[in-house]
Amino acid sequence: MTVYIMCFILFLVGLYGVLTRHNLIKIVIGFSVMEFSCFLFLALIGYIENGVAPIIKEGLENPVYVDPLPQAMVLTAIVIGLATTAMLLAIAIRIYKKYGTFDIRKVNELRG
Amino acid sequence: MNGMTLIVKKVTQLMCGLIFMYGLYIITHGHLTPGGGFAGGAVVAGAFILLILAYGSEVVYLKKEETQTSIIESVSLLVIIILALAGLFFGTYVFFNNYLPQGETGKLISAGIIPVYNIFVGIEVAAALLTIFLALVIYKEEVKT
Amino acid sequence: METLLSILTGFMIIGALYALHARDLLSALIAQGIVGYGLVISFLLLQAPDLAIVQIVVETITLIIMVAVVLNSSREEIVESWNRNKVLNIISSLVIILFMAFVFAYMIVSLQPFGEHTMRMADYYTGAGAESTGSANLVTGVLFDFRGYDTLGEATILFTAALGVVTILRAKNKKEQKS
Repeated sequence: MTVYIMCFILFLVGLYGVLTRHNLIKIVIGFSVMEFSCFLFLALIGYIENGVAPIIKEGLENPVYVDPLPQAMVLTAIVIGLATTAMLLAIAIRIYKKYGTFDIRKVNELRG
Repeated sequence: MNGMTLIVKKVTQLMCGLIFMYGLYIITHGHLTPGGGFAGGAVVAGAFILLILAYGSEVVYLKKEETQTSIIESVSLLVIIILALAGLFFGTYVFFNNYLPQGETGKLISAGIIPVYNIFVGIEVAAALLTIFLALVIYKEEVKT
Repeated sequence: METLLSILTGFMIIGALYALHARDLLSALIAQGIVGYGLVISFLLLQAPDLAIVQIVVETITLIIMVAVVLNSSREEIVESWNRNKVLNIISSLVIILFMAFVFAYMIVSLQPFGEHTMRMADYYTGAGAESTGSANLVTGVLFDFRGYDTLGEATILFTAALGVVTILRAKNKKEQKS
């Protein structure tokens, strides 16, 4: 159970980064760290002690396979995380072109 | 943007084709070994990204729009949907069914329509990643005010 | 296995904490690579080779794009001194974090111990999955046959993200050239 607590502490570190930092790149890094902790948690749940990877080959009798269902979910989620990060970075580039800085305290003025 | 030094260019000449072939191997053997469509598509995109980064964007004759990769990505997504709809008309009245015959487990040609899905998902993932990379790294220079 | 995974997650926490407090943005990105590649080693230890291949390639591509974005714009971060707003910000975020930790501690008693997973739904997948789909790779069989709609949705999401990135970076191109 220690692993679950450490994984949740990683999630909290990412949440702290999103809430308190005022540089756009640091906020994107915080989102990315939060997503990684979710992937780790899903992969931890499906693990069986002394299990093998879920691929069938001959020569093994009565193997105990690790659960393939969380692995399929995490495979989808990794690609979705990349798509989210790419869109956040596109918005960050637009904000830098218009305001000249990455600081979110200075993007308060609506200049149209 | 400029290319890199001579050593990087020579090593890229040797390695680029090998990485592309490795990506194709991961895509087509997706139902036998670990990998599949998404992993293989990302590796193929990595081979093209290596080529563009090592030689600079002038040498690779890139036009100033990324229409070609967008067209490849749209066409492959359309083919996936057409393949999934074809299950409606081949006897079984269920959308997204596995309707080709399944051979024995372990041969290269087996598992119904899963290898065909792997190939088209791999092409789509590679084209989408390449479009994102081109738009964010290389083509943003012309939107300067 | 559990102590090894705990040590790896501890390294990832240290790397994430440094990445959020670095002065130089390029150092912060390199420290984010610690989190990404530590996750690859964790996936290999948890007997999931598919996830390790996807994570290592996606992490490399993400790092390349972020380094290009940072190097083409500003590279440093302006740190302000301690004033009232900053202290209030940190205290309120710590209150939220403590509340979430309390909720998690309340939830963790109903999880199975690590390593003993009762495969309620996956018994059918590992037992009869190979004959039902015909593929030797069970993860690909689950991903394309039992859970095909999720894969279709994910291909659509990747397509929409590529479309969105191209649209955001091309808006008002003709108006800017005219004015």
